[in-house]
Amino acid sequence: MTLLRRPGPWIGLLLVLLAATAPGWLGAYYLGVLSTAYYFGVFAMSWDLLFGFAGEVNFGPTFMIGTGAYAAGLMNNAGFGIPLCIAGGAAAAVVGGLILALPALRLRGPYFGLVTLVAVLLLLDCIVIFAGVTGGEIGMMVPSILSVSAVTNYWYAFGFLAISAVILFGLSRSSLGLILQATGQDRIGAAALGFNVTKHKLAAFCISALFSGVAGAMITFYEGIASVDTVVSLALTVQIVIAVVFGGRRTIVGAIIGGIFLILFNELLRPLGQLNSLVVSGIALVVIIFFPDGALGWMFHSRDES
Amino acid sequence: MRGLQILIDGFAISSLYGIGALGFTLLFGVCGVLNLAHGGIILVAGLFGWWFASEYGIGPYGGAAIGILAGLIASYITYFLVVRPIQRSRAIPKSEEEIFVLTGTLLWGVMIQDGMDYLFSNNPVTMQPLLPGVINLFGVRTPRNELLIAGICWAVIGLLYLLVNHTRIGKQLLAAAINPRGLTLLGFQLSRIYLVVWTIYGLLAGLAGVLLASFFGVSSDNAGNLTASAFTIVILGGLGSVSGSLIAAYVVGYAETLTAYLLAPTLRPIPALLILILVLYIRPRGFLGRR
Repeated sequence: MTLLRRPGPWIGLLLVLLAATAPGWLGAYYLGVLSTAYYFGVFAMSWDLLFGFAGEVNFGPTFMIGTGAYAAGLMNNAGFGIPLCIAGGAAAAVVGGLILALPALRLRGPYFGLVTLVAVLLLLDCIVIFAGVTGGEIGMMVPSILSVSAVTNYWYAFGFLAISAVILFGLSRSSLGLILQATGQDRIGAAALGFNVTKHKLAAFCISALFSGVAGAMITFYEGIASVDTVVSLALTVQIVIAVVFGGRRTIVGAIIGGIFLILFNELLRPLGQLNSLVVSGIALVVIIFFPDGALGWMFHSRDES
Repeated sequence: MRGLQILIDGFAISSLYGIGALGFTLLFGVCGVLNLAHGGIILVAGLFGWWFASEYGIGPYGGAAIGILAGLIASYITYFLVVRPIQRSRAIPKSEEEIFVLTGTLLWGVMIQDGMDYLFSNNPVTMQPLLPGVINLFGVRTPRNELLIAGICWAVIGLLYLLVNHTRIGKQLLAAAINPRGLTLLGFQLSRIYLVVWTIYGLLAGLAGVLLASFFGVSSDNAGNLTASAFTIVILGGLGSVSGSLIAAYVVGYAETLTAYLLAPTLRPIPALLILILVLYIRPRGFLGRR
């Protein structure tokens, strides 16, 4: 009951209601912006599961996103339908996630961070070297798209975000989330309590990769192109980091808020042109230094103290 | 003939890599900071050096001096505005400090890159050579600039060796790397030592930037790759080990040069990445890493 007296859940409900009725009162352009923001929110949530909960300094979320997107795109170019392509992209991303997870079982902190960074650089190099198939730096066009209608596209994105959020939030509050947190903070302690650290870690990577991959594949079919800039580049990684830190680590919901806020903010700062990303990174840096728990953490903390 | 050319080019490139990675490894060894804005600081030095050398006509040496100064200032800003606030913040638990320093310097690096992009655009620029002309070295036409750069690198490495092993401040640095607590108990101020390290770091990164601008040229797009190369070299050599980093710099430098000459220039970055993954699997602490 105390939950109902807090403003948090009510604000959340209001936001969900606003989002669910958005096609009624928003123009096609802003629906498009929001659709992108929703896919981005899924990227951020998947990353939060690994960074916030499992404590893995993963600089390679775009390795999984990119693998999913390009695998789906290649299958689509080979003549498969969209649902099959998304499934194929998801499978490829999970394989990618497992490849990333293998070093995570042996390496810690900065060492693992570097391996993930290298994985992304290798993927980038491969895309450029095999430009004949992948379109290189220009990007790979796909023959099919989700829909031409902005409203339909919005519903796809919103539905996908909602389903992912429910599943990931549930998982983070389940025993898996707790064990991952314990592992992230004290690996030996968690193992001594009898938890299979390896199994849980692999599970976290697979889940994160699954959602990243599906999101990558869907954004490919939403935009009609898989390009380095939208699904692989290091700039995207930085944006994911900013979104999660801004919204609040270890909350999943914070990642969505951070993600949507970031995309809207980018839209707002568009007149600044090149300086846009500088300002956004600067704000995120200030947030890191002064409010390391992000927006959600800050809200809850201030309430706990009062 | 080609073999000799690979040998000479590889030597110069590797020396430059060594200088680029040296500051990074020192910073980690003594202060425990992995600075992901490293590429950005190198960039600042290279671009400002180039700009002053070409716009104000103060010649390559004046430009180089300005560039190194710019690197030093960028290093101080990184320490005072990004790293130290994170280390001193009471809201950040000590166990997560490392993650926060990584994230904070990553963002700061992006800001530097965007700022440089805004000021100088992302066109690659090359500073005029410090020493023009070409000499014939055992039948290989070699730019004199290339030899000078390799020479400067080794002179600086030698100076650093003398500083660390044969001066009082150098011994304090070593002690801070091995046991910071013990050093504090002996009455030395850790913050002063950290400031010295950031100063040396800034000078080294600045020098690396200036030499890079004069050798290959720099572009604001390079920041991420520069950080990644330094990170790769340092991890390969073993975090915090200076001699390990130098060995790794030569492994990476020659691997890249060999690939560029014998296979294709586009494949240049790949062997270093593969070597890195292999080494991390077989020997995660690198060539000469401790712990």
